[in-house]
Amino acid sequence: MAQVKGRSTSKKAKSASIKSRKTAAPPKGGKAKSNGSGEELRAEAVTVVYPVKEGDDVHALEKVSLSISPGDFVVALGASGCGKTTFLNLLAGFIKPTEGRVTLGGRPVLGPGADRGVVFQKHALLPWLKVLQNVTFGLKMQGIPQGKRRDMARKYIDLVGLKDFEQKNIYELSGGMQQRVGLARALTSDPAALLMDEPLGALDALTRDNMQELILDVWRETHKAIFFITHSVEEALFLATKLIVMSPRPGRITHEYELDFCHRFFECRDARKVKSMPDFIKMREEIITIIRGDELEGGNIHV
Amino acid sequence: MSDATHREGSFFGRLGQIFSAGPAKPGDSFGAPGVGNSTTIAIASALGIFFLWWVTTTPALGPMVKPLFLPSPAEVWDKFVSVATEGYQDQTLAEHTFASVQRIFIAFVLAALFGIPIGMAMATNRVFRGFFDPPIEFYRPLPPLGYLPLTIIWFGIGETQKLVLLFLAMFAPMVLNTRAGVRSVAIEQIHAAYSLGASRAQVLWHVILKGAMPEILTGMRIGIGFGWTTLVAAELVATERGLGAMIMSASEFLVTSVVIMGIVVIGIIAYSFDLLMRWIERKVVPWKGRV
Ligand SMILES: Nc1ncnc2c1ncn2[C@@H]1O[C@H](COP(=O)(O)OP(=O)(O)OP(=O)(O)O)[C@@H](O)[C@H]1O
Ligand SMILES: [Mg+2]
Repeated sequence: MAQVKGRSTSKKAKSASIKSRKTAAPPKGGKAKSNGSGEELRAEAVTVVYPVKEGDDVHALEKVSLSISPGDFVVALGASGCGKTTFLNLLAGFIKPTEGRVTLGGRPVLGPGADRGVVFQKHALLPWLKVLQNVTFGLKMQGIPQGKRRDMARKYIDLVGLKDFEQKNIYELSGGMQQRVGLARALTSDPAALLMDEPLGALDALTRDNMQELILDVWRETHKAIFFITHSVEEALFLATKLIVMSPRPGRITHEYELDFCHRFFECRDARKVKSMPDFIKMREEIITIIRGDELEGGNIHV
Repeated sequence: MSDATHREGSFFGRLGQIFSAGPAKPGDSFGAPGVGNSTTIAIASALGIFFLWWVTTTPALGPMVKPLFLPSPAEVWDKFVSVATEGYQDQTLAEHTFASVQRIFIAFVLAALFGIPIGMAMATNRVFRGFFDPPIEFYRPLPPLGYLPLTIIWFGIGETQKLVLLFLAMFAPMVLNTRAGVRSVAIEQIHAAYSLGASRAQVLWHVILKGAMPEILTGMRIGIGFGWTTLVAAELVATERGLGAMIMSASEFLVTSVVIMGIVVIGIIAYSFDLLMRWIERKVVPWKGRV
């Protein structure tokens, strides 16, 4: 029953390869056009070196390769400082790799763009705009007329449950609501890939659980390629179709797992049941052990 | 004794309570510096100063200060009425006031028109920054009275020279605050806009300019304040019209009541302008300090 395939690029990973049923791709939504749907986001042997004034340069990433196809939900886990945010910035096009390259649908990524939506840890909304205007901001930038903008945004505002808050100011919303506006904003531009850097880190446990289910539903419906960073092992296991574990100094991917806990959730719609399955717990302990090892090495005791 | 509940008893505890409020009311945030209403205290302070003026100058009480140095409130009021109706030096108070307000307003509009775009350009482009930084940083700390003679030599004694002097006083704070405003825009907001498909120009207009707005308005407020500060210097030479000119000529003839009256009028107008700017600030950037 356990659909766990471990591929290891480091000696200490045990090969937990159990025969894996190729998880059926979620049903394709009849998406007409999007900002490049159906395109694969790839990082090919990317290295990022931050120059440091004194001492050795920081190798934030060392020859990291990863491909994210439409319908993939890739979650990155790892000790603090292992280069997760750096990797996301690379995919988003905010920084360019020292070596290697990033491509989307075969074309090199030369900067940020509407084909890769980003959800930030701190919502990064524009406080001078109302909720609706924030959500339609991307469409406005792309020159879509106002009436149409509104119609396109409504769907996602409903989806994240903010229907009654369209005309509210950002600073009148709670943290969880602001985060949902950030998600709706990224979705409304209909990007091929969605990049999220600890988007739920600041939320309480209950809101966080709800948001996880929300993100899964959105993903299933839109069939996007998602790259998601988190510090919560449970969250990572629950959401991911592909889980990558990264280690610091130099930043690299040490373990990759194919998972299907999210599909089990779609079957039973009971998150707590999925999270208390024996193989879920087993995986959780295994990954915590790996990350704890990295954190201890770095002199960082708490996990 | 650092426990808040134990502070009340002692004298210093009570004293401390004047300066440190208890838990915040809903809508306020605890520990925010200087929260609470100070209107009552402000009114008391103003009345106190006025009372002191009245007591020391009113003849019925045996004036402690000679009218030459400080005329009584009644005398100043009489002067106000006579200048308002009959005028001083062939100009009524309204004409003096209009001349000054017009100068300040024109200089203010020009300073905003140049100062805000230049500040934006300096903050977002190293060429502009390199180009404009030396002249602005050099003249900024100079007192307007210092370069007044130069403006006379260059621009003569007409209206232009007065506008130039006022413009220079207002220009620097607007540039500086615009730059500070651009720097205060969160990088995440800029990143988010680019990821939503915004172009460079769109980011500049829709994110950076909007995000810098609170500081830009502060710059305009400070600028107009500097304008009023520089008014008397600007109207020092070769003009009969204007509140500054009125004060200067009254001082030459030792008409202290007109001097005081002029000062009070400038003070009241400048303060009204500031209130107006603050009102505009609340309307335009209601989100200031709330994110
Ligand atoms: N702008 C920068 N200049 C120099 N070094 C940097 C810079 N940004 C990140 N680093 C370094 O690169 C490494 C990776 O940083 P990164 O922010 O990607 O880590 P992270 O995995 O996101 O950590 P966290 O989980 O704490 O967010 C760290 O050692 C960090 O100190
Ligand atoms: Mg990070």
